[in-house]
Amino acid sequence: MKHLKPINRKARRIDDLVASMDEDVVALAQPRPHVPMGCSLSFSPGWEVDASGGTAGLCQPVERDIYDCYVTCFWPVQVPDHVNYSADWASNCAAATKDWRSLDLVFP
Amino acid sequence: MNVLTKTSVFLQTSSAGIYRPGDYHAFEAAGRPYLYLASAGAVFEIESGVRALLNHVEGGGLSHEGLLAALVGEGQSLADAEEMIHELLQVRVIENGEAPPLASPEAPPAEFPLQALVLNVTNQCNLACTYCYEFGADKIATPQGKPKYMTKETARASVDLLLNESAGRNAVHITFFGGETLMNFPLLRDVLDYANAKAATLGKTITFSLTTNATLLTDPIIDFLSENEVGVTVSIDGPAEIQDRHRVYRSGKGSYAVIEPKLRRLIATHKTRAVTARVTLTEGVTDVVGIYRHLKDDLGFHEIGFAPVTNSGDRDYAIDGGGMDAVLAGFHALADEWLDHALRGELHGFTNVSETIGELIQGVNKSHPCGAALGLMGVSPSGDLSPCHRFTDADTHTMGHVSSGIDRASQKDFLDRGHVEAKYDCQSCWARPLCAGGCHHEAFVRYGDTGHANLHYCDWIREWTDRCLHIYGEVAVRNPAFLEHFAARKGL
Repeated sequence: MKHLKPINRKARRIDDLVASMDEDVVALAQPRPHVPMGCSLSFSPGWEVDASGGTAGLCQPVERDIYDCYVTCFWPVQVPDHVNYSADWASNCAAATKDWRSLDLVFP
Repeated sequence: MNVLTKTSVFLQTSSAGIYRPGDYHAFEAAGRPYLYLASAGAVFEIESGVRALLNHVEGGGLSHEGLLAALVGEGQSLADAEEMIHELLQVRVIENGEAPPLASPEAPPAEFPLQALVLNVTNQCNLACTYCYEFGADKIATPQGKPKYMTKETARASVDLLLNESAGRNAVHITFFGGETLMNFPLLRDVLDYANAKAATLGKTITFSLTTNATLLTDPIIDFLSENEVGVTVSIDGPAEIQDRHRVYRSGKGSYAVIEPKLRRLIATHKTRAVTARVTLTEGVTDVVGIYRHLKDDLGFHEIGFAPVTNSGDRDYAIDGGGMDAVLAGFHALADEWLDHALRGELHGFTNVSETIGELIQGVNKSHPCGAALGLMGVSPSGDLSPCHRFTDADTHTMGHVSSGIDRASQKDFLDRGHVEAKYDCQSCWARPLCAGGCHHEAFVRYGDTGHANLHYCDWIREWTDRCLHIYGEVAVRNPAFLEHFAARKGL
């Protein structure tokens, strides 16, 4: 943290937690280099279903997948739900770097 | 419990509503601004820009745009102001709109492993101190018809219980207590032998301490305590004219002349553990500095801790408001000394500061005010378990027996009542991470309920906690390495 300096152990643990949260979205942060998480460019399978037909075993969390696929990849129709069934899934997210937690979850 | 989770601290980033201050206590030390975050027990030093932001938020009524405009108007860049707001929202120094309520400290797990037992080796005493919580007007003990002295069998069963119920702990502790502990001294030797041998077979270490009024100390006993590394706490009120006011024999004769030579011999001889004094403050016994000088400089105790007498509120030995002011003034004077020592890198013997500093280093956020019925329990001479030594022999608070184990239902009831979350008045108090409502026993004597917050001390506790925060902030800036002396103090 930049404006608060931790002075005891509990404060340092909070600092670590905040840092871990910030690093949790490091892929979205600029000017750090952006690497789409788990994306295999045009053929990432992550947004679909896992081997059992559910979402629990996907290669990465669906929230991340759908965001990276939709916003940051060059191939926007990798998110068919957006195109076909859930046109408003990002309506609560005016500025993705701030509001990405407000994205609706879209399950296949 | 001292558990930190993302949901208890963070996930508050909405900026759509009106800003308001979070749950903090602001203070200054060494010329720098600090925040004590009451939701977590964390201490942060803050930039001057943060202080300016908080001034705006404390004024009330500002939306995100309004707050930004105020900060930019003071010369901050828009990006900096946005970042600062975001950071303070994350840590909940400020809140916005319908922020979810912060979780209270989590309750410790059921069947929390024991760390210490207090063995009341006898409920008999050779003194008749007028304010005694065990024998005085506000006693809650009901010893009628029960054994007066603990037997070897009960003591050994206590050791077995402690070792069996301390899963996962490598070190456990036994405190010998009374009555007057030394009226059953022969039992101590047996317990030490038995407990050391039994602990060794389990790969655990066990340490010992005792509390005594010092009247029955002899050279062989002092040698025994030193050789066996038994920590000693002496209940003593000060120099003769103060000690002899309340700490008297049944005849009314004072005890100072008896204990003084014994204490000098104890402190000169016993070097393996700290020898500490515990002072009970009463009406007219409020000269904290004078008492400290005598016990530390004249008699040579390593540490001295002070506490006002526990009472129901209308006893003639209770300290009135003016007396508490005198006590606080004395505490402040000793706190000044403590700070001067700390800045020179020297230890000062005023326990009341040292204990608080130890907790501030960790940033404790207590679910319960103390370890009673958690890591610590009391054992009466008959083997009855109780939440701590102050509830010994009280039928109202029996919590199992050393032969049959801990009564989990009674323990749960006690802990549910004592949880800080159950104390309404504590929810808006910034000192709750350290206080958590105060002593269960004091609350029972005063209000008839162990789960009642000790409201008669609130202002006092807040002023004292504020003082210790100032000391902490000052030492953190000017001699930070010194704080490490206290980091492991309470084994938190």
